[in-house]
Amino acid sequence: MTEVTELMRPEGEALNTKEVLLNLGPQHPSTHGVLRLVLQLDGEYVERVDPHIGYLHRGTEKLAESFTYTQIFPLTDRLDYLCPPSNNLAFALAVEKLLGIEAPIRAQYIRVMMAELARISGHLLITGALPMDLGAMTALLYAMREREMIMDLLEMITGARMHTSYCRVGGVREDLPDGFLPKIREFCEIFPSRIRDYERLIENNRVFLSRTQGVGVISATDAIDLGLSGPNLRASGVDWDIRRDEPYEIYDRLDFNVITREEGDCYARWLCRVDEMRESIRLIEQCIEQMPEGPFQVDIPTIAFPVDKERVHCSMEALIQHFDLSAYGFDVPKGEVYSVIEAPKGELGFYIISDGSPKPFRMKVRAPSFVNLQALFGVTKARYLADMIAVLGSLDPVMAEVDK
Amino acid sequence: MTGERPVDLAAIIESFAGAVENLGAAHGICAFAVPPEQIVDFCRFLKEHPALEFNFLSDICGVDHHPETPRFETVYHLYSLKNKWRVRIKCRLGDPPHIPSVTGVWRTANWHEREAWDMYGIRFEGHPDLRRIYMWEGFEGFPQRKDFPLRGYKDKLNPFGAEGPPPTQADLATRDIPQGGR
Repeated sequence: MTEVTELMRPEGEALNTKEVLLNLGPQHPSTHGVLRLVLQLDGEYVERVDPHIGYLHRGTEKLAESFTYTQIFPLTDRLDYLCPPSNNLAFALAVEKLLGIEAPIRAQYIRVMMAELARISGHLLITGALPMDLGAMTALLYAMREREMIMDLLEMITGARMHTSYCRVGGVREDLPDGFLPKIREFCEIFPSRIRDYERLIENNRVFLSRTQGVGVISATDAIDLGLSGPNLRASGVDWDIRRDEPYEIYDRLDFNVITREEGDCYARWLCRVDEMRESIRLIEQCIEQMPEGPFQVDIPTIAFPVDKERVHCSMEALIQHFDLSAYGFDVPKGEVYSVIEAPKGELGFYIISDGSPKPFRMKVRAPSFVNLQALFGVTKARYLADMIAVLGSLDPVMAEVDK
Repeated sequence: MTGERPVDLAAIIESFAGAVENLGAAHGICAFAVPPEQIVDFCRFLKEHPALEFNFLSDICGVDHHPETPRFETVYHLYSLKNKWRVRIKCRLGDPPHIPSVTGVWRTANWHEREAWDMYGIRFEGHPDLRRIYMWEGFEGFPQRKDFPLRGYKDKLNPFGAEGPPPTQADLATRDIPQGGR
């Protein structure tokens, strides 16, 4: 770069260079939400990035301290709004650990299936949005078409497209509806060929390749030091997946590969996500196959509403428990738990301190996007401004989760 | 989290030269308490010990135990990518709370510590850039403290807030403010 400038400089004339501060966002199409970046530029080079976050701060953790455990589910929906089922699952697991209960096997299968659907939905967006940030609009439109199929499936199960709030402590809210299984089988059949379509659109696109390959390389050591998790870490060659290494729910009964790549650049992060979608489809297929019949909720009247509403109408005790549960929630034993799941963006952890009341004393959300976004510091030093957009897109932060 | 831990984890950690207290294990995670001034040494010990290698910092979390004393606490969650173990470190802090920063051990601690400063006013000594992260510059008070009302304080932008003038940082610690909101 410097050599080119030397050549272009008029003979004998001192070049007047000065560093420029550029404000990117908070409203900018390539910042994926309300992210403001203050960039210190030296020509086209980014010398320093200072992300300003908090434009979407809702105080989830503070609010949670005044909500009962069941009321917190809608708050978790709004963390990573592309994949609410996995956020619900993470929170439900944490509370269940505190209570010392486990959801029935059928509920666990349903939850895992939902979480994998959510993973596809989250990855689909970034699969399309990263090329869009770099100027290739088409992929996003295709990705959105398939995402619509997932939305329809979610709507069929939960009645909501975005904020599903489907998990409950000790199970799920309702059983799968009639006619759902053929629908999801159809999806599993169609989708792999669609993934192939995206690859064909993108993988030989020279513009996309030259803008992502070798750009924003994060080494494995750096990635661990920066706290990256999920596909971002695996794209740097670190073989770590919480689903396999600390299996929760029924992941230990399922067969899947952990996708890793060695390169650690933007293209590797993109490819990792594409391949993970394939694995998710396999997981969903196995879930449908193995899913047993049975209850979808624990049968503990102080924690879950009775499946058979007649009990409430006929028994005084059941009526009291039902009233107590709706009016005051349930007490959670004193203690603390840190429970993690492999969310689409990485390690999603809930740290809950309970003081024995129906509301958490402290709830901390370890939001993967929050930590991943921080890596922007580490990798964008002395890079072109245009590359930084590619890096930001490939790290896939969801601002609602960053800001909590 | 399977809850399986090697039997020697506690033994190795007790070989640390400082004052470590074993808080026992619950829900698959061993917890240890250290005095705040030893946190950096302890973290480095855990990260660099060849049998442990807790090289991944998951989370740093501030906690306000108002009205107990010592009032504040920071909680660190570490993970060992090699051994697949987790560990929790807790430090009780007085008021005003301050603790050495672990940004020198893990770079990822940077934003976690900024968040704890923003929400609880825990000052991390040696942090390269300790600014508010969520709240705007010029915001007064630390919103996640237990004595900060849920809806904030009443002012011209916030008609539903709790009565009372916005507190200064000094009297936040002493004044007893009713829990606002719901």
